[in-house]
This record gives sequence, structure tokens and C-alpha cells, in this order.
Amino acid sequence: MRARLLDRGFIYGSAVVLAIWALVPFYLIATSALTPQTNISDYPKPLFPTSISVATMQLFLESSGIIPATLNSLIVALITVLIGLALGAPAAYALARFRFRGREAYRATLLVTRMFPIAILAIPLAAICVRLGLYDSLISVSLVHAAMALPFVILILAGVFGALSHEIEEAAETFGCSRWGAFIRVALPPAAPGLAAAAIFAFVISWNEVFAASILTVRTRTLPAQVLASLATSPLTLKLLAGFFMVLPAVVFILLIRRYVRLAWGPR
Amino acid sequence: MHTRTGRLVPFTLLLPSMAFLAVLIVIPMAQAVLLSLATEGGAFTLENFQRMLADASFSDAWRNTLLLLLLIVPLQVALALAIALLVNSRFRGHRLFFLIYTVPLAVSDLAAGLLWLAAFSERGYLNSALQQTGVINQPVLWLSFDNFAGLLSAIVIAESWRTTAMVLLILVAGLELIPRDFLETAEIFGAGRLRRTVHVVLPLLRPSLQSALLIRTIFALQTFAVVFALAGRNIPVLAGEAYSWYATNQDERVAAAYAVFILALTVVAIVVYVRLLPGPREAEVQR
Repeated sequence: MRARLLDRGFIYGSAVVLAIWALVPFYLIATSALTPQTNISDYPKPLFPTSISVATMQLFLESSGIIPATLNSLIVALITVLIGLALGAPAAYALARFRFRGREAYRATLLVTRMFPIAILAIPLAAICVRLGLYDSLISVSLVHAAMALPFVILILAGVFGALSHEIEEAAETFGCSRWGAFIRVALPPAAPGLAAAAIFAFVISWNEVFAASILTVRTRTLPAQVLASLATSPLTLKLLAGFFMVLPAVVFILLIRRYVRLAWGPR
Repeated sequence: MHTRTGRLVPFTLLLPSMAFLAVLIVIPMAQAVLLSLATEGGAFTLENFQRMLADASFSDAWRNTLLLLLLIVPLQVALALAIALLVNSRFRGHRLFFLIYTVPLAVSDLAAGLLWLAAFSERGYLNSALQQTGVINQPVLWLSFDNFAGLLSAIVIAESWRTTAMVLLILVAGLELIPRDFLETAEIFGAGRLRRTVHVVLPLLRPSLQSALLIRTIFALQTFAVVFALAGRNIPVLAGEAYSWYATNQDERVAAAYAVFILALTVVAIVVYVRLLPGPREAEVQR
């Protein structure tokens, strides 16, 4: 009995300590970002802030380049999502529904592409763009992001399609639906939440990516590229606000699709 | 499975994605090699690699990248393994805790650096806490340019914090594949939790552990923005040098040489894992 209790205490004790480790940086950045300007250089800082305000955050949003960079990030991420879904959904469907020669080889290729070094894509692509006269092309950033996101989109969607029964699709075909019609009317609707999850995952990959974005753009920068470029010159407060501003949507999105995230990194 | 539809259907469905990845990976890769091995005029040369090797930052960047890899990867795999085993004990509330542990997955490398800046800066939360508890009398400059150990520790902590979640997902998924009967059988035959873990769970988890190690090793070779956020240029790393050669020095050829060097290290990592560790090939195919 006593050993059991000790065991329990150990399990919950470590679980809580690890939860604090996982969450503390979020708490610290949020408190930093919401500290009123007058208290920013207080030292030692109280762990629990005495007053909070969104005024500092407002100042950050008004500071030069943040809003346009955010818009650029959104444009790039949306194009990434579109390319990812348009190319990824058919491929995922093929992986989930067909047994064919080279299926495992294709899957293995996806797993390898998932970890392809971004430098080797971004630098030569930038060199190609410069020769074509495209110095600042958001499209080229989207293309690199889509190449990064595509394996994840396919793996998530293959899991989603694989979990859906293919019998109703066959039934629809038996009742005279074309294969394409069966896919659109029967297979797709129940997969909608999975498609949304894959879209969100692709969005977050693009929203977070900094190396390719920094290499491929000079003036029309995405948000991470803008933040990285101004690291050397911006004051600490601005850096912390930028961190908070970049992390917030990504965390919300990942929590929204929590059921699907394991498909991106898990087996299958 | 559909057999009556044409055999070409799956290939038609796969073709767009294959073509896209081939174009976006093969062409830039070939272009990178060409860039790194050619002069402006297009003649073959090793000069770009020689300039890369002769650069004062190269040996530092190479050493720091390797050092970070050797510190971060084992640390986070061990941590993730401990967390995965804890989650897998399926205590009451383990789902909520698992969700909490995976939240850092949403954070980019750049943002992770900026988040931990709140802790490690001169007037940050770490110094505040240490001062309030009387451990220090004045702020410690953790991120000062001459505090190599401080800078390195901050980077290791921030990057381990961020990427442990990814390893955790891989390991938990691997643990779920282990049939519960195996563990129950072992328990019936009198194996305690430790013996069950060592003799049943860990051997069966090896494929997942190996692919987690490989993925993280490859990503660690590309460590970049977290270093820039916490240490600026004071801790040069390979990917950071590639970026600087391109963006600051405007020399795409030396930048390409760095990119090719990183790719070569990636290939070495894959070969080492596939050849030297038994079984990872099946592990890769399985997942």
C-alpha cells in the first residue's frame, strides 16, 4: 500500500515538474509581452506581474515593417497550404487506398524528404531567382515551404483516408457513381476535419520557417525573416514581443489539430 | 482494395507530388553542387571550398555545430524517452499531460530562442529568481559574448526544450505499437516494471528510437535561428555561416559550398545510422 502511494507520488510529481518545464517559457514570454512599458526594465522581475497591459504589444504592432511582414507571411502560408493540399491529397489517397509496386519506396522517399536540409534548397533557388530577376518573390518562398510541408501533408492525409471505410465508396460506385464522383461525394466529406488539420500543419510549417524565407527575400520579408534580419538592431523588448506574436497563433493552431499531429511524426 | 480500376490510377495520383518534389529538390541540389564547384565564368574550381575552409569562422562553426549536436541530441532523446515511458504508464490524466508536453512542437527555432531570451537576458527571469533567493548579488551575464559556456547552455536548453516534443511523439507512437499482452505476460512471469522496461519495451522500441535519433541528428546539423536569437554571431554554426555568406557577404558560391557541406554531413549521418546500427532500415520502412 505504502509502496503504491510512493509510486503514485513519484509519477504525479514528475508529471507536474515536466509540465512546468514545457509551459514555463510560454508563461515568461506572455508576462514579458504584457508588461506595461514603465515596468519593462524592473529588476529583479516579479514572477507574477503586478499589472498587465496590451499597450506595449500595440507599440510593437505599430513598429516598422511588422504588419506588412505579417501579411507576407499569411500570403506565403496560404499558397503553401494550397499547393500542399492540391498535390498532397491525391497522393495520400493513393497511399491509403491502393497497393501498388513502389508504394513502400514512395513512402520511404517521403520520410527522407521530411528531413531534407533546407540550406541546399534555399541557396541555389535564390541564386536561380536572382538570375531570373526575381529578387523578392514570395512565390519562391511558398514553393520551398510547400516542398517542406508536402511529406507531412501526405502522411497526415494518408492516415486520415486510411481510417475511413472504403466500403461506402465502393457502394456508391455500385449504385452508379463514377469513381471521381464517389471520391468527391462520399470519401471527401468525412475527411474534411483531416484535410483541415493537414492544411493547418502546412500553415504552421510555413509560418514558422525562417531560413529559406530570409535567403529568398530582401525587401518583402515574411515575419520570421523580418524578425531575424532586425535581431542585431532591435531592443530586447521588441524581440520578446516578436517571439510572443509569432508563437501565439502557432500554439493555438497546433492545439486545434492535436488529434492529427501524431500522424505527422508517428508511424504508418 | 480496388482491383478493377486501372493499374495506372495510383501512379497518376502520385505523379504531381513526385514531379513537384523532384523539381524542387533535384534541381536546387544539382544547382548547389554546380555553384559550389564553379567560378563566375563557369569553369571548374575548388576555390569556393578552399575559401570556406580558410574562413576564420569555419572551424568554429564546424566545432560548435558538432558540439551542439552531441549535447542536444542525447539529452533530448533521453528526456523524451523518460517522458514517453511516463505517459505510457497511462496514469489518470496522462492524456492531458501528454498534450501539455507536445505544445512546444508549435514553436519555431527562432521563436524558441526569443522565448528563452526572456529567461536568460541580463534583467531576465532567471537572474531575477536567483537574486530574489539570494543565490547571486548582481545579474549574471549568461549571454555575454565572452561567456561561451553560458551561451552554449542557453542554446542547448532552448533547443532541447523545443524539439523534445517531436521525439516524444515518435516514441509514444512507437510505444503504442507494442502489444499490451507482451507486458502482461512479462508481469505474470514476475517481471517488475524496471525489468519489463529493459527487457521488453526498450528492445521493441528500438526502431522508433533509431529513427528519432536520425531525424534529430539531421535537424541538429541545420541548427540556425535559435543560435542567432540567443547568441547572435558570437556562436557561429554551419547553417548560420551559409546564411551570412549569402545574405551579408553576398557570395552565393561559398554559401553553396556550405550547403553542400551540410548535405554531405547529412548523408554521412544517414549512412552511419543505416550501416552501423542494426535494423534501422526496417525501422524506416515500417514508419
